[in-house]
Amino acid sequence: MSSANILPEAETTVPSFYLSDDPDHAEGGSTMLGFWLYLMSDCLLFAMLFATYGVLGANYAAGPSPKDLFELPLVAVNTAMLLFSSITYGFAMLSTQENDKRSTLIWLGLTGLFGLAFLGIELHEFHSLIHDGATPQRSAFLSSFFTLVGTHGLHVTFGLIWLVTLMTQVGKHGLIPANKRRLMCLSLFWHFLDVIWIGVFTFVYLLGMLR
Amino acid sequence: MTAHDTPNAAAHGDHHHDDGAAHGSRRDYMVGFLLSVVLTAIPFWLVMSGTIQSKQVTAFIVMGFAVVQIVVHMVYFLHMNSKSEGGWTVMAMIFTIVVIVIALSGSLWVMYHLNTNMMPTMTPEAMKNMP
Repeated sequence: MSSANILPEAETTVPSFYLSDDPDHAEGGSTMLGFWLYLMSDCLLFAMLFATYGVLGANYAAGPSPKDLFELPLVAVNTAMLLFSSITYGFAMLSTQENDKRSTLIWLGLTGLFGLAFLGIELHEFHSLIHDGATPQRSAFLSSFFTLVGTHGLHVTFGLIWLVTLMTQVGKHGLIPANKRRLMCLSLFWHFLDVIWIGVFTFVYLLGMLR
Repeated sequence: MTAHDTPNAAAHGDHHHDDGAAHGSRRDYMVGFLLSVVLTAIPFWLVMSGTIQSKQVTAFIVMGFAVVQIVVHMVYFLHMNSKSEGGWTVMAMIFTIVVIVIALSGSLWVMYHLNTNMMPTMTPEAMKNMP
């Protein structure tokens, strides 16, 4: 194809081994794909933790089993919190598309509150587990449980820090393209965490109660 | 330097580059949310009420709901489609799913056989009589 092209005189006489002009890339043009690849690698990380839990999840070492420990109503409330935060983040993205800074900030704030509620309930759960002697050191089941659920909680924590950072950014600089791109990345991250939580409440909590 | 760049920058600045990422509509988010609520509520209800006697059947139904809900999230919240980023997001996801399936099924399969075949007589009762 290219050999058929007749190149201008100037380009044929001086052989150049580099591109004299950088190809024009829009700023941040590849950010979304890059962030998606990060999410996929994060997905692999969680898959390994799920595999660990799948292997060790029934080794109670004569300690408490999921049936003795888990409170499904609490988990249901927790799931609802995360689901609500997903939809409020969705509305924040819609407001962003409409360039409505104020309602973007309001929806982001609501998302943050739901995220905080989720973390609060999870910490309460961990606290009562540890208070009852079901510490990570108790059995392989509890080690893998705390690692898996704790890693998810840690992701939510960092998501919240990111959310507050972005709210400050948007408040200060408005909905500039860079901020929109960042909001888009956090949107992917936040919804991705909800997807991981589907796996957690299904495989850890619901299937744990059925054992 | 900046003076030279100005016309160029202006031409580029006004030009809106589409980031290639899909945007959802309000309807998409609402449909996704309602589906998620239903797909979450049913498995919780099944397990909490114990409507189905067989635990194995319940487990399979619950896992089925999880898979459907993950797809719903992917489509309505993460706006996955085969066209975004020239198809590379889908390729990356297919690769990830293949690796996850190999890792999960491999670990569970190998470790299950390790547990059941290595020490056939090792029951909790036998454990207590260990020297």
